[in-house]
Amino acid sequence: MKHVKTLNKTNLKKTAAKGGCSECQTSCQSACKTSCTVANQKCEK
Amino acid sequence: MIHKYSLNGFNIVLDICSGAVHVMDELGYELVDYTSADMPEKCPDEAYNALNKFSKEEIDETYSELYELVKEGLLHTPDDYDQFKGKMAPAPIKAMCLHIAHDCNLRCDYCFAAKGDFGHGRKLMSYEVGKKAIDFLLDNSGSRTNLEVDFFGGEPLMNFDVVKQLVAYARSREKEYNKNFRFTVTTNGLLLDDDIMDFINKEMSNVVLSIDGRKEINDALRVSPNGKGCYDIIVPKFKEMVKRRNGEQYYVRGTFTRKNPDFYEDVMHLYDLGFDQISIEPVVSDPQISYSLTEEDAERVGQEYEKLAKKIIEMKKAGESINFFHFMLDLDQGPCAIKRLRGCSCGNEYVSVTPEGDIYPCHQFVGIDGFKMGNIDDGKIDNELKAEFSKANIFNKEHCRDCWARFYCSGGCNANSQQYAGGIFNKHEVSCLLEQKRLECAIMIKAALAEDEE
Repeated sequence: MKHVKTLNKTNLKKTAAKGGCSECQTSCQSACKTSCTVANQKCEK
Repeated sequence: MIHKYSLNGFNIVLDICSGAVHVMDELGYELVDYTSADMPEKCPDEAYNALNKFSKEEIDETYSELYELVKEGLLHTPDDYDQFKGKMAPAPIKAMCLHIAHDCNLRCDYCFAAKGDFGHGRKLMSYEVGKKAIDFLLDNSGSRTNLEVDFFGGEPLMNFDVVKQLVAYARSREKEYNKNFRFTVTTNGLLLDDDIMDFINKEMSNVVLSIDGRKEINDALRVSPNGKGCYDIIVPKFKEMVKRRNGEQYYVRGTFTRKNPDFYEDVMHLYDLGFDQISIEPVVSDPQISYSLTEEDAERVGQEYEKLAKKIIEMKKAGESINFFHFMLDLDQGPCAIKRLRGCSCGNEYVSVTPEGDIYPCHQFVGIDGFKMGNIDDGKIDNELKAEFSKANIFNKEHCRDCWARFYCSGGCNANSQQYAGGIFNKHEVSCLLEQKRLECAIMIKAALAEDEE
């Protein structure tokens, strides 16, 4: 495309079907303890 | 639904529900306002009229690109996540914050743990209580394999023998239960010595080292009981600790307050000291306190996040790197949608246990009336409260329903909402403003680095 550059083509919605295993890290167990950001965790699959 | 913003010369359009991020030229960025999920194949006349500084050919070409994105499900993706509401239910407990010491050898002014004792007297956790907490986790973790235990305080190194014993105990049960314990520790560093460092490096998957940055900033609030700052003691210890870990899996973690809105300088100071895994976070405190951050500070803090983001880009391009915790974002391999919908999961999948064995939804709820969920002595937990916390997600927080950042912060910190906005479902305005700004910066960094890859 000439006018638009898409940085990622993964579709979040598609991750829902097989998601929710809960094996990934709890946000507050990493470095925060005070200000939650869930999206900066890694998927374990 | 989209969120569009311009930052550092990049026109960014986030497709909220697919998570796709688009960087657009000026025409695309303006034309996107004339698009929608059910946009016609032909560009509407009003767009030609409004954007008449561009040629018809250019507009048609750009419109076609946007049309294609919509058809691919990467723009104006409808929100039909309600179908997953049923998955927001009470779940096995798989993460535990173990308050190994409600005592501390520092008296940091901003400490949410009331300078170490959570307002309930100084106390260390006994091995027996800790062991029961580990058993509680094993018994309540269902089919979850990875179990996280963070040794927390107060200052956990004040009770490190018990930490060692509990690690040994948990490891001894792993095989039988088919579990994998991941230990972490959060420490102010004062008591770090060779033995403790070696133990942590052998057993802990992550270590969080508390330091606020520049000496004068750190020593203004991170002080010993006699009022002396701790910077000179902890810096050499943290350097040694990180060296022994080969620089892997750690964070130096600090807090900024209204007194150092120029926290960019603190991040860079930590980098200059040799640390590259850095988390500097906004203070959590009563808005009446002089150093508390309020909505009025959001703009100034936002400027500082922007400054930091630009510096990180510059460094990356020069082959250097800072991993700033709140700018971490993997646009392709981040957590699944269900994780993002569930939120921080405190009080449901994650709990805290005090030295007395009391169970709370998380470390920040400890000592707050009405939030004690049970005690590990009998292992019973208030399932009604657990169910209530399972509902603390973006479906049930009114202010999240239409927020563009909802799949990133996932509803934010329930403890902040409870303490400073009157309930776990309520909006803590300043937290939202800062989180949104951090995310805009994090996405912009991706755009800038992608530009370089071309």
